[in-house]
Amino acid sequence: MRAFTSITSMAAPLPLKDVDTDMIIPAQHLTSISREGFGAHLFERLRTTMPSLFINQARYSDAQIVIADANFGCGSSREHAVWALLGAGIRVVIAPSFADIFASNSSKNGLLLVTLEPNVSADLLREATESNLSMTVDLDSQSVMTSDGRSWSFAYDPFRKHCLLRGLDDMDYLRAHLAMISAKKAELEPYSFFRVGTPNR
Amino acid sequence: MKRNIIEKILDAHVIRKDEAAGDVGILTIDFMLLHEVTSSQAFSLLKERGIPLFDRTRLAATLDHSIPTAKNRLTIVDDAARLQVAALRKNCKEFGVTLFDFDSGYQGIVHVIGPELGLTQPGMTIVCGDSHTSTHGAFGALAFGIGTSEVGHVMATGALLQATPKTMKVAFEGTFQPGVTPKDAILKLIAQIGISGANGHIIEYCGSAVRSMSMEERMTICNMSIECGARAGLIAPDEVTFAFLKGRPYAPSDSRWDEALSFWRGLVSDEGASYDQEITIDVTELTPMVTWGINPEQAMSVHGTVPVVDSLPATHRTVARQALSYTGLAEGAEIRGLKVEWAFIGSCTNGRIEDLRAAAEVLRGRRVHPDVTLYVVPGSEQVMTQAEREGLRAIFEEAGAQFRMPGCSMCLGMNDDKVPAGKRCISTSNRNFIGRQGAGSITHLASPITVAASAVAGCIVPWEDF
Repeated sequence: MRAFTSITSMAAPLPLKDVDTDMIIPAQHLTSISREGFGAHLFERLRTTMPSLFINQARYSDAQIVIADANFGCGSSREHAVWALLGAGIRVVIAPSFADIFASNSSKNGLLLVTLEPNVSADLLREATESNLSMTVDLDSQSVMTSDGRSWSFAYDPFRKHCLLRGLDDMDYLRAHLAMISAKKAELEPYSFFRVGTPNR
Repeated sequence: MKRNIIEKILDAHVIRKDEAAGDVGILTIDFMLLHEVTSSQAFSLLKERGIPLFDRTRLAATLDHSIPTAKNRLTIVDDAARLQVAALRKNCKEFGVTLFDFDSGYQGIVHVIGPELGLTQPGMTIVCGDSHTSTHGAFGALAFGIGTSEVGHVMATGALLQATPKTMKVAFEGTFQPGVTPKDAILKLIAQIGISGANGHIIEYCGSAVRSMSMEERMTICNMSIECGARAGLIAPDEVTFAFLKGRPYAPSDSRWDEALSFWRGLVSDEGASYDQEITIDVTELTPMVTWGINPEQAMSVHGTVPVVDSLPATHRTVARQALSYTGLAEGAEIRGLKVEWAFIGSCTNGRIEDLRAAAEVLRGRRVHPDVTLYVVPGSEQVMTQAEREGLRAIFEEAGAQFRMPGCSMCLGMNDDKVPAGKRCISTSNRNFIGRQGAGSITHLASPITVAASAVAGCIVPWEDF
């Protein structure tokens, strides 16, 4: 996993609530068997229906931070949504809240989700729309700081932070605990009633 | 300490030994379903890193999302889809994973075949790279959707990392009126608590209405848990659950059946167990529901009028305006009588035999409106065979509907079955997101009964109009 420490970038606004994963990457692109190439289709349907979409505006072309409204990433479990954002150069999404599976997928790929109070998030969203808003998002200090010096802190799970700062993925952690997992599985064995491939009847 | 069923299943499966991991624990997974869309990159990861499968007898795969549902489905025209299907077949062969392929008699939508095969059992932890994995919760299993990285983790270690969820109790009480179904009840819940109302929670559904539901109906309820943000939703098992499971291929062997029953009977919430949130909905007053907007919370009674934007909470107005602009509806207008060009009966939400029976009951001796194309897509080969045996296929075809081969079909616009741009579809599926059924398509979610009735009428109608 790609580590995340700190990013300074212009912030792009996405003034929508309940941005779903079909909006982020339409299902028609999910037939790919690679993790690459989804960035070109990020927010594809919004590009045509929403002329003001940040992707349609040259001034946001280098933005690595997106600010959106509540419940970002709802809907399907497709990790392709996270790959599409990262593929388009986005490293941070700021919103008042995120959907669960999307948040989980983000933490596995080095996409930092920053949850800010709804009023703070709304103010920043407005600023990013109306003017050029540049900010630094720093994971170690768990802070967002605008270029004119205003700052806010955000909560982040300590274990997830540890992993993200170092680029450690869950696979290594889980594999290091395989003995413990096997012991747990043995304890659960009396409650298991099938083996796939060998039907009971 | 009194515990609810969610806490009981979690306690049995979570390993908590690492202080450094804080709230995040290792959750052991009993069973994982795989399909072509979200497994390929996970298999690739294992290959790249030379990691073997933890236990292939805890995995089962099928084809559902990107496949055609035409009769001659063996030829997949789309290059990427054909490669994706080939990749799953190759990976399953290479890793020794059981694949329920075309014409095995068991191919179908992951969430339809797991229960049919008896693979979905009470007390288990079940995952799949698909958000509607919550469907399996109908059997008292803790089942939820995961991303592809996590699919890889479960392949390699039989476990994944999970933070402790909150719990929510949703009681459906009362008795359904004729023509009103569990699909209407779950749409009502989503409309009431909102698309993010259960974020961070796992739901336990209970109440007298749930107890009197069949397993198919319970699956419809649990299926849509994710549409209000809950990663999982489950129902404590009872005699209805056990009767459904008995005799299925992977249900406990006869020699272990009593042992299984005594374990399963203990999977109930303790009297007085607490939850982070509790909600009760009386279904007695419920009328058929239909969505009017671009997400499942934008649902209303089929007898009602489209909301006036300014009457909605301020936080909902932007999305409501966006929705009305996309769906072409007017504020305050009746939804009844709205013309539809397409109708879809199928999906992991409503593609089971009981759904087809309910739709066939409406369509028997009637004709689909000449301006409407109706797809009836069984959720699995078993459902298809059963529907043929019961004469349902003949009813659908005589009514002018297309009875197709099993798969996800028109639910998500990633195979050949798409609603054309600008066309309106009434659908038994689970999401009405912008372009969900195909770029530019407009979706109205409803029950199989309402969809069948509307397909005949050529416009959205309640079942009583017949």
